[in-house]
Amino acid sequence: MQRVKIFDHVILLMGVFIMVGPLVVALMTSSHEAADIHRNGLSILPGGHFVDTYTKVLTKEGGFTGKITGLRMMMNSLILGIGFAVGKIALSMLAAYALVYFRFRFATILFWMIFTTLLLPLEVRILPSYEVMTALNLTNTYTGLIVPLLASATGTFYFRQFFKSIPDELLEAARIDGAGPFKFFIGVIVPLSKTMMAAIFIIMFVYGWNQYLWPTLMTTDESFFTLVRGIKQILLVWVGSNIPDYNEAFALAILAMLPPVMIVMIFQRWFIKGLTESDK
Amino acid sequence: MSAINITNVSKIYAGGVEAVKSVSIDIADGEFIVLVGPSGCGKSTLLRMVAGLETISKGTVEIADRIVNDVEPAERDIAMVFQNYALYPHMTVYDNLAYGLKNRGTPKAEIDARVAEAARMLQLEQYLDRKPRALSGGQRQRVAMGRAIVRKPAAFLFDEPLSNLDAKLRVSMRGEIKQLQKRLGTTSLYVTHDQLEAMTLADRLVVLNGGEIEQIGRPLDVYHTPASTFVASFIGSPAMNLLRANREGNRLHFGSQTLEADRLAALPTDLTVGLRAEDLRVAQAGEQSLTLKIDYVEELGAQRLVHGTVDGKPLTAALSPEIDLGETIALTIAPSRLHFFDTTTGKRLTRLTDTSSVIREQVAALEPAIS
Repeated sequence: MQRVKIFDHVILLMGVFIMVGPLVVALMTSSHEAADIHRNGLSILPGGHFVDTYTKVLTKEGGFTGKITGLRMMMNSLILGIGFAVGKIALSMLAAYALVYFRFRFATILFWMIFTTLLLPLEVRILPSYEVMTALNLTNTYTGLIVPLLASATGTFYFRQFFKSIPDELLEAARIDGAGPFKFFIGVIVPLSKTMMAAIFIIMFVYGWNQYLWPTLMTTDESFFTLVRGIKQILLVWVGSNIPDYNEAFALAILAMLPPVMIVMIFQRWFIKGLTESDK
Repeated sequence: MSAINITNVSKIYAGGVEAVKSVSIDIADGEFIVLVGPSGCGKSTLLRMVAGLETISKGTVEIADRIVNDVEPAERDIAMVFQNYALYPHMTVYDNLAYGLKNRGTPKAEIDARVAEAARMLQLEQYLDRKPRALSGGQRQRVAMGRAIVRKPAAFLFDEPLSNLDAKLRVSMRGEIKQLQKRLGTTSLYVTHDQLEAMTLADRLVVLNGGEIEQIGRPLDVYHTPASTFVASFIGSPAMNLLRANREGNRLHFGSQTLEADRLAALPTDLTVGLRAEDLRVAQAGEQSLTLKIDYVEELGAQRLVHGTVDGKPLTAALSPEIDLGETIALTIAPSRLHFFDTTTGKRLTRLTDTSSVIREQVAALEPAIS
């Protein structure tokens, strides 16, 4: 039997405290009134306004035009997150499929070109990207929000490595079985990549969900605002004797965190499999 | 009819490496041909060219009287069994068997019937709903064969299908493959590096070395009259002993030791003599003999392999376990059992035309293979 080691547990508990502590504080503080928070600071004990605050955050029509609700922002964030994840998976799988299974000139050079250029963060190419999107009249659209960020070096790289680990004989068997490139992709490659797709989905969903700069640039219409922007918006009312709605900001932060957490929890088993399993 | 004709086929890789050098084999309908050779001899490349997985650099491959050089693998009417089985891991056994038929647009009822038939033949019926990972090695091997059978192809191509199995399973699967092929009567091309597999499975075997054919023939003919020192040392276990000798008349000098044979006059004075370990026996008193200085003994149960040296050159003899062994042992061999090879080219040398019954038998046995 393994001895229970107290010191190990102390370390674990400290880790838990450091990571979960701020979240608990945020959750608890969000259930107080804004004035209380302004007067007493953060609190770790629940206040009495939990339900009010969250109902208000989700349904109150706010913002500059007074038409945007928390629910709407949440939906926008979801569209962005899922659109990102699905689009990136589709695009990078196709790119990796072409790179691994089709012999064309300069394939390796092309791959490294894609890889190095896309390693540059969005911020580096944000102005040209913005220019292109305005020229195409895609500002204030979901297309404009999602499409420019779809090309993914990380995704392409992961899928390329994964496809390379699939034995060649499988391709050969499929060729003898009369499966063309399309049938092989749909019938063999896609089902085999399930765990990999789950892993990439999580990473990309969270990435899309947390986007701030690009949506800020691309959308001026409030009906396209995402949760992450909403939080910022609430704290912007610091004028005159107004007290910012701290409680609402905290509530939004908690809400903004929930979907990624849920996604990670649901996909976690596949996620770990996808990143570690290669015995295909 | 589904004969396969391989005519002057070469494979030259980018960079000029010639993996297969102008190989020609005519395979009759229903024949079981085994390509055998050490790794890197080009046997798999040759098979993959027949399958259409490698392009053919030179020459032609005909399957059922149709040149298939530029035909897609799926259109060649062949089925292949791979060394690592190459089953689709995400599909059930049923789907693995049916995949090729589905891709060809075979009607559902026909697919069901063919899969059921193959499954019955290979005793896979109760595993049809399982995924390959839930099967043992032997069962996976059977699924791989089933995938070939359901297609009812003109030819089966086997690429070392048994090398991932353990020794016992290999023997039983070998039997199954042989029986199945006889029952279906499908032309088969089988690649292996295992000479035992080659001997037991083949109607005719093709010994390849360095991309060239060393010998084509029925297993026993190849065993009894190897065309070169390479074949002699590759076919048969333990390998044939090859000793350099000087000929003086009908006497062969192995260093300080001597054997006398007959009808050697046409042979060069410097030659390589082949002696099968199993043809060597202990010399009776008064018989001519070679003295073997024993190094070590391998016990195989039914026989023992005695390794030692004759005048400093290694030699192995397969002897009965009852014989007492000392430091040295006097061995002899029937002169008709000696093989002679050229020392430089390694090619087989024939003795003077003779009337001895053994040789007559050998010639008679060779005739069908030659014609």
